[in-house]
Amino acid sequence: MGDLITGFADALTPGNLLWALVGVTIGTAVGVLPGIGPALTVALLLPVTFRLDPAAALIMFAGIYYGGMYGGSTTSILLNTPGESASVATALEGNKMARAGRASAALATAALGSFVAGTVGTILLSVAAPVVADIAVGFGPPEYVALMAVAFVTVSALLGPSLRKGAASLVIGAGIGLVGIDTLTGQPRLAFGVPSLLDGIDVVIVVVALFALGETFAHLVAGTGAARVEPVRGAAVLSRADFRRSWPAWLRGTALGFPIGSLPAGGAEVPTFLSYSLERRLSKHRSEFGHGAIEGVAGPEAANNAAAAGVLVPLLTIGLPTSATAAVILTAFQSYGLQPGPQLFTESGDLVWALIASLYIGNVLLLVLNLPLVRAWARLLTIPAYGIYAAVLVFACLGTFATGGTVADLLVLTALGLVGLLMRRADVPVAPAIVGLILAPLAEQQLRRALSLSDGDWSTLVSSPWTIALWTVAVLALLLPLVGVVRRRRNEPGQLTYAGDREPGDR
Amino acid sequence: MRRWGPWIAAALATVLLVVSAAWAEDDEGFLDGRQLRLMAPAAPGGGWDQTAREMQAALRDLAGRSEVYNVTGAGGTIGLSQFVRNDGDPTQLMVMGLIMLGAIESNDAPIGLDRTRPLVRLTTDYEVIVVPASSPVRTMPELVARMRQDLGAVSFAGGSAGGVEQILAGLVADAVGADPGQVNYVAHSGGGEALATLLSGRATAGVSGVSELAAQIEAGTVRPLAVSSATRLPALPDVPTLKEQGVDVELANWRGVVAPPGIGADDERALEELLLEMTRGAQWRETLQRRGWGDATLAGPEFEQFIDQERRTVTDVLKKMGLA
Repeated sequence: MGDLITGFADALTPGNLLWALVGVTIGTAVGVLPGIGPALTVALLLPVTFRLDPAAALIMFAGIYYGGMYGGSTTSILLNTPGESASVATALEGNKMARAGRASAALATAALGSFVAGTVGTILLSVAAPVVADIAVGFGPPEYVALMAVAFVTVSALLGPSLRKGAASLVIGAGIGLVGIDTLTGQPRLAFGVPSLLDGIDVVIVVVALFALGETFAHLVAGTGAARVEPVRGAAVLSRADFRRSWPAWLRGTALGFPIGSLPAGGAEVPTFLSYSLERRLSKHRSEFGHGAIEGVAGPEAANNAAAAGVLVPLLTIGLPTSATAAVILTAFQSYGLQPGPQLFTESGDLVWALIASLYIGNVLLLVLNLPLVRAWARLLTIPAYGIYAAVLVFACLGTFATGGTVADLLVLTALGLVGLLMRRADVPVAPAIVGLILAPLAEQQLRRALSLSDGDWSTLVSSPWTIALWTVAVLALLLPLVGVVRRRRNEPGQLTYAGDREPGDR
Repeated sequence: MRRWGPWIAAALATVLLVVSAAWAEDDEGFLDGRQLRLMAPAAPGGGWDQTAREMQAALRDLAGRSEVYNVTGAGGTIGLSQFVRNDGDPTQLMVMGLIMLGAIESNDAPIGLDRTRPLVRLTTDYEVIVVPASSPVRTMPELVARMRQDLGAVSFAGGSAGGVEQILAGLVADAVGADPGQVNYVAHSGGGEALATLLSGRATAGVSGVSELAAQIEAGTVRPLAVSSATRLPALPDVPTLKEQGVDVELANWRGVVAPPGIGADDERALEELLLEMTRGAQWRETLQRRGWGDATLAGPEFEQFIDQERRTVTDVLKKMGLA
């Protein structure tokens, strides 16, 4: 505790506060821009900061990191174009809310949820990091296979009104995810001899293409370019009822996000999908899901930010970078002569505690920066669609080019954008494609790794307490809804499907 | 508020333009005042990226500002195929190394390193074979005995398929009389992921760069069995080499710099001179020390011969492993 207070003293100097502010501002900006993520930004800024004091630079990077995680939600909600894959689940309900004139409520619950989750996550990081890391390190390939099984059986909630179309989308995503060199054997798959496909298709490109470009093309085809949405209905940004429905979702999202984020191969996407499914299952307003349920924004957005804090656990305690941004921050550590690893806390404790303190400060700054902006952001919707989507298109192309650096990426982006358009025309939801894209390769890799490590012995999949617990959850998640269906069928026959719900781009 | 909107936008645009112009400005350039552009054919954070960025810093006083950009993918072969298009442009440089040789072979890449002009080899990074701290295996001969007994039961966790770590695992198997094609090598997209699998206790052993594992070794979470260098390393004086323990294998993960094809002989010499001067500078010395990289400076025809010889070794072992 004393360490943390010293950390605050270090981070609260006017100079460092300024760097934290610069960081969260840049971070929010890059989070908002589709395709440009915090990893790229930190990598670009790294050489510039070599002359800076290490503490100041790390504080700024922490600001960029949290800011980027936060900023991704804004475009998801307003424009249905997530800036990164962890914001996909936020777009599902968030954009529906925005179209119903509840943009500011969605943005506000995202901002507050990010703040709550970020703060709780940072508290957990400062008190429980070593304990969490010990458990997380025990997660090997068999445990991940079980975790993926849980994710797969619960994501049915994301598939949308038509199970068949949702599953089709899932398979499209899984297919895109398989493109490229197979990690385990080094053999190219589905690359068709095109060199730039060898490394696979970047998740960011797929997200930007399917959402941003698909949306833009849909407006073009439908001729709805001049359409605008009434931005704000009602006076309060977040009504009392909204708040009452939001806060449990924030906490549940945090509870999913932090532990999964701190797993070495957990990532920030899986908890957002799980959180969305959980909120949908627990909500008393289940009929609102698909039409803009606030829990569906609050939960995933909290999960996203809690996972961002969780990712720092393996980074700071064992020197294990588990996301692109963490890898770049690790490089930053090394360029300041710090050796991240099990002894980082003992050897460079001051700096680490200053970094953790600056995460708290960054969170507060983000809230201060963004909550008053909620209404301003929502006013963005008064710009006609052609204005907004022209800008989205420019930034999508810029961001894609910046990530990969090749023209081929732009061709892939456009091709996938057309796929996105076709999916919209056919009423196939795009979010499940992202789920397939992320989960399928992970599940495949971990399963093959597990079997390789056990020399082909399938019993390895249930060889530890964690695997058994997770498989049990998976089986329960699969069976419980069935029980519900059977019971419902007895009471009210013919009430099994949800009411049809069309993407607004299809008018 | 309304009327100010365009002005604020214009002011912002101006600021952005000025900033980007200042960014791109080139004060004391190299070769007719043009700026050097360094390609790191891998993602930010990896060895090639680190090398490029350290060069950028060390070259600042010699050649002014230079630019580093990343082209990710497929062991650097995507970057390579893009790089050779800079035909005759001496301001373009690319960082490369042993991994690229392996990737060219295992991906059957259409463009080889013979299309580039090798300039200077800069650094070496050696590999270390480790086991989890809780493993019953204590020495390299014990691991070798297990490999001879049941090769499939000894799993190696390491970096990307066809990379240095897998090459080392193959070379070790070959040297101890086991079939390199049957090595149970579990590839990961990076050293960090491989470390996660190793720490979970599911893999028998792990192979990784010394600098990547130094902190884990120091903390005792993994136990080093052998290093792949010819003599013991200053960073790990207590860890014996493979050769000391009867495994006749030596492997360095070297990195160097190449120029595009078609540049003039004068330009090539000038670039080599520039890079050699960089390696003699105090800043580069400090970099080697801090990163734990070995100095492996080698230039000109000797470097080209070295690449040829390495290519033969790598191709041979990859063929035996069924990867090329």
